[in-house]
Amino acid sequence: MKIALPLAAVVLGISLCAAASAEDTSAPLPIKHMQWSFDGPFGTYDQASLQRGFQIYKEVCSACHSLNLVAFHDLAAPGGPGFTEAQAKAIAAGYKIPAEPNEQGEIFDAKGNRLTRPGILADHFPPPFPNEQAARLAFGGALPPDLSLIVKARAGGPNYVYSILTGFAQRPPKGFKVLDGKFYNPYFPGRNISMPPPLMDGTVTFSDGTPNNVAQEAHDVVTFLSWASEPNLDQRHRMGLEVMAFLVLLSGLLFLSYRKIWKDEH
Amino acid sequence: MAGHSTYVPASGFERWLDSRLPIMRLMHDTMTTFPTPRNLNIWYTFGGILTFCLAVQIVTGIVLAMHYVPSADLAFNSVEGRIMREVNYGWLIRYIHANGASMFFFAVYIHMFRGLYYGSYKAPREVLWLLGVLIYVLMMATAFFGYVLPWGQMSFWGATVITSLFSALDQVIPHLGSAITTWLWGDFAVGDATLNRFFSLHYLLPFVIAGVVGLHIWALHVPGNNNPLGIDVKGPQDTLPFHPYYTVKDAFYLSLFIMLFAAFVFFAPDFFGNPDNAIQANPLVTPPDIVPEWYLLPFYAMLRSIPQKLIGVLVLVGALLTLAFIPWLDTSKVRSCRFRPLMKQCFWLLVADCVMLGYVGSQSADAALSLGGMQLPLVWLARLGTAYYYGFFWLIMPIVGLIETPKALPESIAKAVLGAKAKA
Repeated sequence: MKIALPLAAVVLGISLCAAASAEDTSAPLPIKHMQWSFDGPFGTYDQASLQRGFQIYKEVCSACHSLNLVAFHDLAAPGGPGFTEAQAKAIAAGYKIPAEPNEQGEIFDAKGNRLTRPGILADHFPPPFPNEQAARLAFGGALPPDLSLIVKARAGGPNYVYSILTGFAQRPPKGFKVLDGKFYNPYFPGRNISMPPPLMDGTVTFSDGTPNNVAQEAHDVVTFLSWASEPNLDQRHRMGLEVMAFLVLLSGLLFLSYRKIWKDEH
Repeated sequence: MAGHSTYVPASGFERWLDSRLPIMRLMHDTMTTFPTPRNLNIWYTFGGILTFCLAVQIVTGIVLAMHYVPSADLAFNSVEGRIMREVNYGWLIRYIHANGASMFFFAVYIHMFRGLYYGSYKAPREVLWLLGVLIYVLMMATAFFGYVLPWGQMSFWGATVITSLFSALDQVIPHLGSAITTWLWGDFAVGDATLNRFFSLHYLLPFVIAGVVGLHIWALHVPGNNNPLGIDVKGPQDTLPFHPYYTVKDAFYLSLFIMLFAAFVFFAPDFFGNPDNAIQANPLVTPPDIVPEWYLLPFYAMLRSIPQKLIGVLVLVGALLTLAFIPWLDTSKVRSCRFRPLMKQCFWLLVADCVMLGYVGSQSADAALSLGGMQLPLVWLARLGTAYYYGFFWLIMPIVGLIETPKALPESIAKAVLGAKAKA
């Protein structure tokens, strides 16, 4: 259905567009389809891409978007970005986590500031805003969604998120009205998006020398977000192949038993 | 066919037990020596497959319930944060359970259409069929409750739409429907109270299903299996003992079925899912299209095809109730569609009709098909499909049975299968 629905939607969309006016500029464009290392039954996450994607999340996305379901220890888990435990600990320690009450029962210091402590492996990524209202206030009423499941939560998955991240370069067609405080993105429903273009050429500098153009940055951060949505994909694919191999063998043996037992009864 | 028991206790203990609780005798007579028609084909393996599905759902469900938190605030995170990420193999157990529901319905639809095609509902198997209809309805209720539990957007809005169907009763007695809806919710909207009772019922109903499955199998073992020829078993030459003949055949096809199951679990676990359900339930944001799971789509299309809410609900309920009348709607003396040329065509048209209704149900309510410049609103396809669904059972079944000339039936199962080799 995941495949059939968008396909049917495209077919219907085309037929509806053809019948109605050809100038419906608020309907989103069909998304781009990219190649991903984690596509198909043998797919696995590209570890280098995950590490670059994490860098982009940390330096760019995390200014506005939370990643509530991901813990620091996940960064060192098998099938993930492949940081060592020491590296993951260092990353965690770089974040300030709201502290638990101290021995005086205080969670605020004398000046009324929230007490914090360095993050540990068991902590989750802290959100950039303390609550939804604070986030909405900062963004003119819009709420940057949590990114933990963003790839699973959008039809088209990684291809949709990639299309959005690379879609800002396109200019609006003549006569299209970009609303105040919004940005034109042809892959977004209604094409008016509240998120400013997050990625530019050179937004981040990769230590491994990978080119830092928008396409590469988008590709890496989408890989990272796909992992955040589905951290067990590597293990799932590997186990799936083992299970399939076992079932083929089992079915073969059962078929031979079946043939032998039924030999004279057909 | 449930004839004389051939069980012989093999040990002193078994003799002792047999005179107190003859459970070994029961197992022996129903699962080992049970005489089964020798011509059952692949479509008859789905009964065993369904038992497997029920067992898988119960076992995985019990484990999931150990980690799940039925609370509007915590449910979503307990699934997406804890079960999917922190519980050992939680992702595997959840994917088996979620895809298991789809596989269960896939198998039950084949099982039901098989019964319809070979006339397995006809005398003396009416009670067997009725119990099957009851299991199907219980399955739909269980699946609906289960789909609400992860508390995603589609969970929440699906629950809202389905429970709101009862408010159509307001058109009969003012406030009656709304009062029932409020009572079902336990609140004035779908919320914490609703989620908790749905969890309770979702845990209860599978055991009710298991009980009715027991009755279903009991009712099967009194007249014995129907078969693709639809003719009665005339003697021992027509049958084979269930074990090893059908245990090995069922095991082989079950293994193929598990392969299909595993393909979804490991390589396309979200195939049947809806992306909106990866977003936590939000009563303030309605998804653009509220779509039920695929196995309920034909009924959803019927419901939406009627502009008047109460009548729409009645059409939906009637479509299910109709199934219970089938044994008495079919007037033909011949069971199997193999020997019913006209009915066979009507049957395949019904299968196509259900698939079409499912497609229409998956599309948005105002969608249309463009045919050579003409706009054909899908709602008219749904109306046509609903008319054929009802027409098939209430008109075609009684009438075709009277006007159709069936082909000649074979003399016996043994003759048909073994030809000249047969003894009688």
